[in-house]
Amino acid sequence: MIGKESAAGRAVKFTFLGVWLLFTVFPLYWITVTSLKAPGDIFHFPLAYWPERFSLENYSGLFGTADFGTYLTNSLVVSTVAGATATVISMLSAYVLARFEFRTKSALLMAALVTQMIPSFIALGPLYLLMTDLKLVDNRFGLTLVYIAVCIPFCTVMLRGFFENIPDALEEAAMIDGLSRFSALFRVLLPVMRPGIVAAFIFNFVNCWNELFLSVTLMNSDSNKTVPTALNGFISSFNIDWGSMSAAAVLTILPTMLLFAFASRHIVQGLTSGAVKG
Amino acid sequence: MSVTSTSTAKTTGSGKGEASRKRGLPQRGGRKREFTTRRGLQIAAFMAPAAVFVAVFTYYPMIAGGQMAFRNWKLTDLTDTSWVGLKNFSDVFADPAWGTVLGNTGVWVVGSIVPQLVIGFALALWLRRRFRFRGLYQALIFFPWAISGFLIGILFRWLFNSEFGVVNDLLQKAGLIDEPIAWLADPKTAMVAVLIANIWYGVTFFAIMILAALQSIPDELYEAAALDGASKSRTLFQITIPYIRTTLALTVLLRVIWIFNFPDLIFGMTGGGPNNETHIVTTWMIKITQQGDYGRASALGLLVVAALLVFAVFFLMATREKKGVRP
Repeated sequence: MIGKESAAGRAVKFTFLGVWLLFTVFPLYWITVTSLKAPGDIFHFPLAYWPERFSLENYSGLFGTADFGTYLTNSLVVSTVAGATATVISMLSAYVLARFEFRTKSALLMAALVTQMIPSFIALGPLYLLMTDLKLVDNRFGLTLVYIAVCIPFCTVMLRGFFENIPDALEEAAMIDGLSRFSALFRVLLPVMRPGIVAAFIFNFVNCWNELFLSVTLMNSDSNKTVPTALNGFISSFNIDWGSMSAAAVLTILPTMLLFAFASRHIVQGLTSGAVKG
Repeated sequence: MSVTSTSTAKTTGSGKGEASRKRGLPQRGGRKREFTTRRGLQIAAFMAPAAVFVAVFTYYPMIAGGQMAFRNWKLTDLTDTSWVGLKNFSDVFADPAWGTVLGNTGVWVVGSIVPQLVIGFALALWLRRRFRFRGLYQALIFFPWAISGFLIGILFRWLFNSEFGVVNDLLQKAGLIDEPIAWLADPKTAMVAVLIANIWYGVTFFAIMILAALQSIPDELYEAAALDGASKSRTLFQITIPYIRTTLALTVLLRVIWIFNFPDLIFGMTGGGPNNETHIVTTWMIKITQQGDYGRASALGLLVVAALLVFAVFFLMATREKKGVRP
């Protein structure tokens, strides 16, 4: 594997990589092309792999007849606030779990793991009742609170991996110099942690942006809907309007893809440092 | 803060006395696990926000939902929420569709995980060596991970559309089929289609985890194997796989938990159809919830938790083994 590759081996390798790349990218290409066809051309044979005429009709429909701008704004606000808050809160808990030894530590880590095992559907009914009591149903602030809780367990485990990659000596030295643990964390560790924090925030943001079932349950009125809830509304009607659906899909995918492209290196590190180092 | 209290917090708090001893940093042996009020308060203060959020918005509803499994909880009659013992569970098992759902869940988990692992492994092996545009390549194949399962379902529902889907068009152009296939209307092809969608989504995760593990294998091991004239497959099975076994086991088990609990994609793609033939346990749970029988849906949820706890035991065993394996 480390020695010289044979020419045949290289050919096999690059063929495989090429085929896989095509397979990965093609669905995204196809939904984009569909969204840019005039609604009539989508249902027209032969299928056009490169449209003769491009049209933004599907997109203008989304903002004209449907209120997609509002959904995008709702998703953006909720995901940003929830993602950022969850990152800050998880940072504190991850720090403790990485740097302290205490009796309930493994129980806490287990508790985080269990949240991943329980189907979220089991909690939907009681959560709805709880939010009704708190007068937070159909309320963006309410959804934000729930999303923060959803993000915390995984984010904590991920950030813990990052903290463990940084030598203790760094903050120990700062504390010997007279800084408190808290200021050592914020003034010495955080700057070093920046890639990890960016990755954690993006991961949280994407999770909230993509979440469907909680938002369908908790948000009723049209002005409070998030993007996935709106998409769900599109498919529950008997005939799917594939033109608007494709345009909506592109608008939903685009922000998270840009974020991932921007930070994919950090995210890869974030996913792996927690699990591989364990 | 006084110097003494800081140093106490540090040495007792870091919990890594051995590590700091090696580095020659000041520490007080034997005190690292000792309880001090100050340290306890610090831990509590740092953990509190996370604990409160997760307790109120995750654990409380989960536990409340769990106990609904033993009660009569129907939207049609909310006045009677009496205790019914195991009736909801027996209703789950008595359902004629239960066998199909259970079988589908098995096909869904195994049919997703095996190709994801094999393709992900191959990608990781081939991505290990640097080549031009490798970074760009990795970023591009990483994209599916940014998309929600629900939206992936919709995406592939369009690709597999029987009339205007591109899959039928490509297959016809390649001369592999004469007539368009109604992929999502036939139980067999519908299952194949949802599996293809899930493989598209999940391979990347395996590739990343395995690639990271591969990068921890020292090159000397391969050089020694090459000197001994070991074949490629021998090197793969006697060095590479044993070395990353823990990561492999861990990733597989994590993914099993996750795929088991992933109704989103099927929900968006087939909604469990045609005729329940692509329902897995968690989409079945959605259907029963939508029918308003919360008690029975919760019983299903508890069954999922029980099944996954068995996997968690394997998961923990796999992680514990790790310390001895790593050189």
